[in-house]
Amino acid sequence: MQAYSRWKRFRRRLQYWLDSNERHRLLREEMEFHIASMIDELLDQGMSEPEAYAAAYRKFGNMTQKAEEARSTWIARWVSDLAQDLHHSFRGMRSDAGFTAFTILITGLGIGASSTVFSVVNALLLRPLPFRDPGRLVWITNGEHGYNTQAEHYADFRELNRSFSDLAGFFGYYRAGDSELTGIGEPERLTSVPVTGNFFALLGVQPAIGRSFTTEECQGKFSAPPAMLLSYRFWQWRFASDPNVVGRKLMLNNQPVTVVGVLPASFDFASVFTPGTPVDIFIPWPLTDKTKPRGNTMWIIGRLKPDTTLRGAQAESTALGRQLETRYPKRNSMDPRLVLLEQHVSGQVRPALSVLACAVGVVMLIVCANISNLQLARLGSRQKEIATRAALGAGRLRLLRQMLAESVALSCCGAVLGLFLAVAGTREVAHLHAFNLPLLESVRIDGSTLVFNLLAAFACGTVFGLVPALRVTALSLREGMQDASRGSSGGKRHAWVRDGLVVSELAFACILLVGAGLLIRSFLRVLDVNLGFQPERVAALRIDPSFRISSFAQQNSFIDDVLHRARSTPGILAAGITDVLPLRDDRGWGVAAKGQVYGKSHPPPEPFIRIVSDGYFEAAGIPLRSGRTFTERDRATSAPVVVINETMARTVWPGRNPLGEMLTVDGRTFIGVIGVVADVRHEALEKASGPEMYLPMRQTADYAAMQLVVRTALPPDSVAAGLTTALRPTDPNLPVRDFVNFQDLVDRAVSPRRFLVLLLAGFAGFALILASLGIYAVISFSVSQRVQEIGIRMALGASPRAVQIGIVLRTFALAALGLVLGMAASRALASALVSLLFGIATGDPVTFIEVGTLLTAVAAIAGYIPAWKASRIDPMVALRSN
Amino acid sequence: MGSEKPKADLLPGTLDMLVLKILMRGHLHGYAIAQLIQQLSDDLLRVEEGSLYPALQRLELNGWIEGEWGLSANNRRARFYKLTPEGRKHLAEESARYRQVTGAVARIMGFA
Repeated sequence: MQAYSRWKRFRRRLQYWLDSNERHRLLREEMEFHIASMIDELLDQGMSEPEAYAAAYRKFGNMTQKAEEARSTWIARWVSDLAQDLHHSFRGMRSDAGFTAFTILITGLGIGASSTVFSVVNALLLRPLPFRDPGRLVWITNGEHGYNTQAEHYADFRELNRSFSDLAGFFGYYRAGDSELTGIGEPERLTSVPVTGNFFALLGVQPAIGRSFTTEECQGKFSAPPAMLLSYRFWQWRFASDPNVVGRKLMLNNQPVTVVGVLPASFDFASVFTPGTPVDIFIPWPLTDKTKPRGNTMWIIGRLKPDTTLRGAQAESTALGRQLETRYPKRNSMDPRLVLLEQHVSGQVRPALSVLACAVGVVMLIVCANISNLQLARLGSRQKEIATRAALGAGRLRLLRQMLAESVALSCCGAVLGLFLAVAGTREVAHLHAFNLPLLESVRIDGSTLVFNLLAAFACGTVFGLVPALRVTALSLREGMQDASRGSSGGKRHAWVRDGLVVSELAFACILLVGAGLLIRSFLRVLDVNLGFQPERVAALRIDPSFRISSFAQQNSFIDDVLHRARSTPGILAAGITDVLPLRDDRGWGVAAKGQVYGKSHPPPEPFIRIVSDGYFEAAGIPLRSGRTFTERDRATSAPVVVINETMARTVWPGRNPLGEMLTVDGRTFIGVIGVVADVRHEALEKASGPEMYLPMRQTADYAAMQLVVRTALPPDSVAAGLTTALRPTDPNLPVRDFVNFQDLVDRAVSPRRFLVLLLAGFAGFALILASLGIYAVISFSVSQRVQEIGIRMALGASPRAVQIGIVLRTFALAALGLVLGMAASRALASALVSLLFGIATGDPVTFIEVGTLLTAVAAIAGYIPAWKASRIDPMVALRSN
Repeated sequence: MGSEKPKADLLPGTLDMLVLKILMRGHLHGYAIAQLIQQLSDDLLRVEEGSLYPALQRLELNGWIEGEWGLSANNRRARFYKLTPEGRKHLAEESARYRQVTGAVARIMGFA
């Protein structure tokens, strides 16, 4: 009832306001009737007509004012005042176009940057994942290193647990271009992800067209899925969004397969789980199949029951894991580690984004300080206007509001510019495919960004307008008029406010510069890391034969053929084959060295396994440390051999020469170590390689891909066409699509770091420019204030040099204060960056010294220009000017 | 500047109540309302024209009274106000509250 009448009142108010002109006229008419009635009465009492008129009007008072008062009940008074304020603001803006343009420009840049960062933060941290009830989804890894889990364990775990309403999983070792699709024209390499049958149901994702997998479809063979689901993007791109694609029969890896559905556009598997590797199709993973891949291959997602906590689920899972381990000692270890899926996805980017958000906040503070300062400087010229207004009866609050309205109007103009910048910025960010960040593609300007933009505009306008507004209204009327008549401003009394603003600008800029400096230096350290291979002019091409390899003899001759053709292609210096590419793929096996006994306290080494052919080490540029690498003679028919890396040599055979030692993978056959090569950074540039071992491709069939790696004399792309032509005869159906430059792999691996460094460096640069402008503005303003004083000094014999020194010293004093504060704050805040640094400490002296030097130099330049101008003041002109 | 005649200040908020009460008598225009208040209070309460019109606007905005144009006794266009059912209800509430407050004040002052 209450709300209803309030709503009615609001509607009436709005209605009155909308036809306010008409109502105003009627109100006056009503009042005129009142006066006329009064006159009538006075006339009745015997007053003469003119007297009656005068008396009635006198008694009624100022009709306009009364009307205004009456009106103010329906037009809220402040609306009309605001309109007036805005009118003043725009007049003010026009009269000082330079200041206006500058203010709009820097607030625009500031708000644009903050809105862009906000939309990234919103997409990556704030917005819920595009699944049903994502808060109950749990990401389950295995062991402290976050490995994946054996499918057998998954099946039992799913059966036995009480904490989850369901569990689902997907295959962790799918690779870009794993599958080959035929039956639609040109053969095509696709990225396919095997998922458990309930995967989409668990996430709450309904296919846009068609259906998900049936139980029967999940009971076929791993290598021959009977059904597949298309990702929305692949469907658009390859089938031109044809809805009749559902039910089509195609060939996947030479096996018949039916398209059963298309996933919705909102479901972007890759952006959540594997940023940067778009997925084309999904196939069922039959858990009952005996031929399914062995070992830890599954990533598990669980949905918590409504009444279960993460902690409770963790306790149960740990106990269950132990139980499974004791029941099936032959299986791999099982130690489930639970983390909310949201945290798993955003956890890796959270520190970086927090840093960015803080940085952009600091930038905004500098922007505000800068504009505040400019407005304070402008007050001098506006003092008279304001004093006049106050003299004409504007109250203090009214003046305060007018000043604030001006500031907010300016910052709203800036926000409009900022919105354009943010639209452009988010579009750029969303298209950074090369960047290895989750959910980046979903970055966009949405309602919450618009709200943020608006709030930022208001907050910014209020913050930068508040100090000048308070200053203005604090000045008494008389003072204002007198001051104005002297043509100076409030004089010295503002000086400390302006100095304070400049000092804080410098301190903030210092913080940003130190942060950016630390990250840039870390970035350089990362780029300097010894990768263990040489990525320049190396590229890989996927060459898995389209026919089925049935014997080692056939496989060996295929390898011979491919390598021979590749090596005789012009421009190719070396060629070899590998199954995994550095910085992209990985897999590990447990092995055992001959003569060593392993147990819980001394676990067997789990090296990363690479299956490579002869020539791979040369092509990838992995240096040999001792022994030899593989040759063409290491074939299926010769003795099994292995090449290991330095870490493995050191950890498995400490203090001994590993050459000639034996190790085993399956526990039966032993293979001899023939060489030791350098460590290769396989996971990340920042992460030292663990033990690695290389098996000759000609001696095993246990690899999922064949990547031909070539080292070229010219940029790799220029030989791509020649190479594919040369390889065509080895297999006419060879789908050669992706030619991967190793340098791109490296670039992609450092892309999140580059993203952060670029943005932060940009912010720091912007802050530096603003701070230098700020210090310049303050010094030149103080010079302009002291023109007469300087003139007198020079007339009395002060040298231009002394004048210059005085001014530059003042600049340095401000800069030094700002630097000290900034350095101290940076030192305290740098520890927040620790997880993002690489190879340097948070107190890295080089960074601090460099930033100090840079800021001092900038301050010197900013102070020298006004000092130089001051030294050229002509005493006669200066003294006469007033 | 001040008023020549001694006048009783209306307690805040009582003008609205008085206007509503007066309107119980039927359709009246602003001038008549002011006159009636003055007469009924034996010239003790004078309504300032300046506060009457804002009060009328306010009451109308709240939906307690409704104004419509009509012709006055001497054939002039005037705005006549009438009480709405909501206004009637509001008046009842207000007068009850007023009675309570004045009663309480009177008890303290020893008038009762």
